[in-house]
Amino acid sequence: MMERTVSERFEELKKNALKDFPGMDEKKGITIYVGTATCGRSASSLEVLSSFEGILKTLNIEARIIKVGCHGHCYAEPMAVVSKPGWPPIMYGYLTPNRAQILIRRFFNEEDPALEWALGAMEENDMVPTVYETPRWYRERRWLLKNCGCIDPEDINHYIAVGGYEGLTYAIKMEPRGIIEEIEAAGLRGLGGAGFDTWKKWDICRDAPEFPKYLICNADEGDPGAFMDRTILESDPHSIIEGMIIAGYTIGAESGYIYVRKEYPQAVSVLTTAVCQARELGLLGKNILDSKISFDIKINQGAGAFVCGEETALIASIEGRRGMPNPRPPYPANRGLWGKPTLINNVKTLASIPKILVYGAEKVSSVGMKGCMGTAVFALAGKIKNAGLVEIPFGTTLREIIFDIGGGVPSRIKVSNVAGELPKTIKKQFKAVQIGGPSGGCLPESLLDTPVCFDTIVDTGAIMGSGGMVVMDEDNCAVETARYFLEFTQKESCGKCTFCRIGTKHMLNILTDITRGAGIMEDLDMLEELAETIKKGSLCNLGKTAPNPILTTLCYFKEEYEAHILDKRCPSLECKDLIAYYILPEKCRRACDACVGSCPTEAIYTRRDRLKAIEQEKCVKCASCMDACPAQYDAVIKISPISQLPESEPRDDDGKKK
Amino acid sequence: METVSLTINGEKIVTEKGKKVLWAALENGIFIPHLCAIEENPSPFGSCRLCFIEIEGKKEPVTSCTEEVTDGMVVNTRTESVLRLVRMGFELIMSRHPIICKECPANKKCALQDISREMGFKLKPKRLPQILPDLPVDDSHSLFTYNPNLCVLCGLCVYICNEIVKEAILDFNFRGFITKVGTFQNRPLAKAKCNSCLKCVAACPVGALSRK
Repeated sequence: MMERTVSERFEELKKNALKDFPGMDEKKGITIYVGTATCGRSASSLEVLSSFEGILKTLNIEARIIKVGCHGHCYAEPMAVVSKPGWPPIMYGYLTPNRAQILIRRFFNEEDPALEWALGAMEENDMVPTVYETPRWYRERRWLLKNCGCIDPEDINHYIAVGGYEGLTYAIKMEPRGIIEEIEAAGLRGLGGAGFDTWKKWDICRDAPEFPKYLICNADEGDPGAFMDRTILESDPHSIIEGMIIAGYTIGAESGYIYVRKEYPQAVSVLTTAVCQARELGLLGKNILDSKISFDIKINQGAGAFVCGEETALIASIEGRRGMPNPRPPYPANRGLWGKPTLINNVKTLASIPKILVYGAEKVSSVGMKGCMGTAVFALAGKIKNAGLVEIPFGTTLREIIFDIGGGVPSRIKVSNVAGELPKTIKKQFKAVQIGGPSGGCLPESLLDTPVCFDTIVDTGAIMGSGGMVVMDEDNCAVETARYFLEFTQKESCGKCTFCRIGTKHMLNILTDITRGAGIMEDLDMLEELAETIKKGSLCNLGKTAPNPILTTLCYFKEEYEAHILDKRCPSLECKDLIAYYILPEKCRRACDACVGSCPTEAIYTRRDRLKAIEQEKCVKCASCMDACPAQYDAVIKISPISQLPESEPRDDDGKKK
Repeated sequence: METVSLTINGEKIVTEKGKKVLWAALENGIFIPHLCAIEENPSPFGSCRLCFIEIEGKKEPVTSCTEEVTDGMVVNTRTESVLRLVRMGFELIMSRHPIICKECPANKKCALQDISREMGFKLKPKRLPQILPDLPVDDSHSLFTYNPNLCVLCGLCVYICNEIVKEAILDFNFRGFITKVGTFQNRPLAKAKCNSCLKCVAACPVGALSRK
């Protein structure tokens, strides 16, 4: 009896939803989907949106504009998909308000879809090549990101119309034990970074004898360069809510928390709307879909502490205490929030649950590699052409992700000031990739053929972490990179345990000395000793993983450390204290004053032979002159070590001001 | 009373079930360095990272304040890997602690001096430079002085003030290396409505909180 009512109730919801949103494939009218997640907004997608509205009104075209989330192609924002009867839906990137107007005029007045701005069609057709043929798409397996960018995250009907909450109806008909078995068969591991078997965590929490139990969705994504949780929160919030209801039912929890960082205002607002709408439709609250299941969600905002992503600190924060980790065991699955059994899962893990139930464990476990099945979402950032999110099956190599999907390292472009002369392209070499944020490691080119999976990444000294990948090129110094990440962890250390609070400070001081040319070789041994003891001695994973950037750079880029210490030289010419800017006299042109005007400290003077030179004492090494020097001369270079700087030439006026 | 028997450093020990190894060892005259542990606290704080021990069957050293005794457990408190961690932990603490014992109110009753003596560690860190804070001393309270420069952030005073006395005057302020124990908004103690129970002063293992 109950089964029928659940299905019936859901069918009713779905019928209503389909009336409202038939989906992208259904082409009855004109629909324009504009990406308005945080990445889109920062690229002025709201202006593009109003430009679309304006031109449609002017031309008297009846069209529906839908604010969707992010496809993960942040490099091409602002983006929009235009769906017009007679044409496949076409995705456009790099839009501007102006282009939006031209696009609509051309497409609707002249039947010209402005393909030079198109990234591709969203479905197979015989007119426009699809996006799926481009390297950025065809290697991807979009499961978690399936709805991202395709539905309005602030309208629950969109989610239901594309198959949402169906997993929940399956789950309600299943025994909790059966759900856990299904997840085990799918091989899902915690996608927050640790890779702990999800089914085990659920099982422990389900078996815990105490009640009430709690469920927490960890959405406190804090790694620099990681933004996949944000995208899912902003673009497909209901997948998380659905996953949470299923998890709550499975472990026997009736209240759940979403711990989302306050720095994600858009995500907080979308989530709040989503939770309210789910409640209105009876998908949250008492007797969900008229079943016996009750579950509700509270949204908790983090106050900006990185350490609160650690589960025990997160619990302390929800309880209203200072966000400081506690020793484990007891694990939260046994004693967590308010001392009760608590299940904490990452956003991506929970969003995977409905998909597993809909696709079936067999399909999910058919992709990936042994021990790591399914897909992983990575955020590509740093020196990479196609920055954004990628979802790939586990087992894809780093090289494929960075070069095939990400497009590799972008070249630097230097503009000439001679009319008609083409800009000069300076090719840059890939150097390293930082995986797993500040807790991860810096991997060199030789490890790029490592297949991506929790275990293989750990073997290299990095961690999967949340999935942030920061790509570095030859201009990035390995020592400075380690110093940067350590500065972050030191600042974000909660200050509780000795090793993390004081140990990371010592490591940071040593690294700072090295980047300033004040290091000695013994420092490297001390760094290693500190790193290893901090790794073993720290209380929580923030401290335990903080030395990873140092250990990996020491392992793979030791020669750079040695160059800094022994030669006072920064091989990547990044550490300001070890480099000097110099104007090559043989390349400099007398008549050009471009560098002089660009210098903020008036450090550039004219020599007796009318060429330009830099007064080192005044130079603040801001690189403005280097950027200003036109491509056809390219006379400004960086020199390291500073001792190699040629002697300075006298001034035109012998040092006296005119 | 249910008991369990275990071996610590080759010595057979019978102790109460549910006890943490640290307290079992201390009761039997086996010294394990520690600063932050309170036996009454059901959820050990685990911040000082000095009470490491090695348990047979476990790969890495663990903290004895969090580890419950089990029957037949074999514990070693002075193995090489334990000493490596404890020595570094102690050096780290001493690298932020001014060594001014003669002027210090806790001289000769200081936990750091005890650890140094028992473990044979020098008070002055050998391998690390000292990074000493220069924080203002809070002399506002009529009965006791708080010198944050001497504090080792063990959290004993914070625990007692919040959980035992339930006054919640003291807590941790700031993050990272500059974390310190202080009052709400770092107000002087005299203005913090402290009930002057002085339990925090009694608990302080070093000279940070001292009677006038």
